[in-house]
Amino acid sequence: MDGPERQRLLAIADDELVLGWRDSEWTGIAPVLEEDVAFSSIAQNEIGHARAIYQLLSDDADALAFDRPPEEYRSAQLVELRFVPDWARTIARRVLYEAADELRLRTLMASDDRAVAGLAAKVDREEAYHRMHAEMWHDRLRDEPRYLAAVDELFPYTLAMADPDDHETLIARFEPKTRPSNTVLQAHARGTHADGWVELWAEMTEVRRSVPGARW
Amino acid sequence: MNEQQFLEYVQAGGQVEADDWMPEEYRARLIKFIEMHGNSELMGVLPEREWILRAPTLQRKLALTAKVQDEVGHSQLIYRVVEDLGKPRRQCLDDLVSGRSKFHNVFHYPTRTWGDVGVIAWLVDAAAIISQKALLKCSYAPYARIMKKICWEESFHILHGRDVVLTMMNGTDEQRELVQEAVTRWWPPLMQFHGNPIPPDDDPVVRWRIKTQGNEEARQQFLDGYVPQIRELGLAVPDPKLRKRDDGVWEYTEPDWDELRSVVTGHGPRTAERLEFRRVSREETEWVRRVMLAEAA
Amino acid sequence: MSVYEVFRQERKGVAFEHAGSVVAPDEGFARAYAHEQYGRRGESAALWVVPREAVLEVEDFVDELGRNYHRVDGYSLKAKLAEARGRAGTATASRDR
Repeated sequence: MDGPERQRLLAIADDELVLGWRDSEWTGIAPVLEEDVAFSSIAQNEIGHARAIYQLLSDDADALAFDRPPEEYRSAQLVELRFVPDWARTIARRVLYEAADELRLRTLMASDDRAVAGLAAKVDREEAYHRMHAEMWHDRLRDEPRYLAAVDELFPYTLAMADPDDHETLIARFEPKTRPSNTVLQAHARGTHADGWVELWAEMTEVRRSVPGARW
Repeated sequence: MNEQQFLEYVQAGGQVEADDWMPEEYRARLIKFIEMHGNSELMGVLPEREWILRAPTLQRKLALTAKVQDEVGHSQLIYRVVEDLGKPRRQCLDDLVSGRSKFHNVFHYPTRTWGDVGVIAWLVDAAAIISQKALLKCSYAPYARIMKKICWEESFHILHGRDVVLTMMNGTDEQRELVQEAVTRWWPPLMQFHGNPIPPDDDPVVRWRIKTQGNEEARQQFLDGYVPQIRELGLAVPDPKLRKRDDGVWEYTEPDWDELRSVVTGHGPRTAERLEFRRVSREETEWVRRVMLAEAA
Repeated sequence: MSVYEVFRQERKGVAFEHAGSVVAPDEGFARAYAHEQYGRRGESAALWVVPREAVLEVEDFVDELGRNYHRVDGYSLKAKLAEARGRAGTATASRDR
């Protein structure tokens, strides 16, 4: 695995880790009990995907997941934004993220590295439920103004998260009113983090940092 | 069938289904009892979910999320049973959030450290499972049936709790201290958990065979199973009077029953805050339920 | 929102059993919710999800006259068998139980 592919994988793992974190914030307080259970499974899958990728990249997945300083995470702003208790933005992000993620997984499944291609295929199969769930909610919410506004608002973040090669496909699918400018995309580029990221990282690593090097 | 015949029927082990005739008192007590269980599962989620975000390894994060997910799932199963008995879910949630209905004492208390995470999953869940196993024989069949699924799912919760505790006990002095401090703090609510020692014959819920185990019997079972587990790790139970007599009965300092009554009637350290949190979450997502209720486009 | 009954097959080959119910706004949601509530732990090979109103209940089974001619408990052959063996001379001590 070469440097650029490692970086790309790390970015995907960090996206899944942080999105899984954000999605798991709904556990216990989702709009309906049945949805709470279903949504929690999606959050767990995302963290599971992150873990699988970290395990490919390192002997110590937990160290990779937790022990970097906040500026070294490669997560996109899209996944870092805190939306609870806003269900419209939450679903908009799920729909947009799944669309972009499906495309980048397809690229990974064609990797020369068999371990990478194999893992991507496994993740892709697990994503089937996520995509079905996202589409189900998109159908239900597509006449809701606040949902449509959320999709518009988060589209630039989605392009900044996606592979540049996939931009045209995403624009064709979501038909935004205006095409996000390069300046906007720069503002949301990987390496820049959303407001509240450092606070999220601090809370995420609080127990782990309390007794450094300990087993939990 | 009249009420006396019904009473004899359930006391002889007879099973009741949702559509069967039942005395009004049986239905009312059943709803209240089962509803409190559902409320407890839903409220128990709140102290635990705070730690999902702070879990120190990926495995712990996943396990804790799955555990809390199970508890929400249990509340779904339970409220469905209550709804089929005649009280809609919406009304149950309204009554919970307004303080009109109750939930178990342990979920009114704060969590302070990762030590609590282990101790809750290990000991609080253990206390609950003892009651839940007894409910497998409940005269009301739909409730007894969901208890099977609930008990099956709880089996990993205890292992997860034990795993967290054992890892910390095998760790640093600081970690061991976290566990001991949590055990010390949770002991009084744990001793109150199964309720005051009302004789089973005087307990209407036992008379109707909704519950098949008296409060004191459950508590003795808990002590028998878990005091040895606690002590074998070198942990201390903060009750100097706690000892097992020659006849097998555990003696202990009488729990503060006034405290229990005060807590479950809504005056626990975290009661107001948690109910408010639930109320606000519900309000913020009310529009979503409205959309779900509307006809699909 | 309506109630959907969920039937669960624990593994391939065994019967589907009633497992519980979910509340959902339509079939798509009902399937998605049943999928996780009754299958997230790999505990089911398959589910059947059915709107409650589609389930027809049948429970008035009457047998006032004790019909046992079509059941095993309607047949007691011990005495007749002993008589037949006696007649054939094939009764032995060990057989007479």
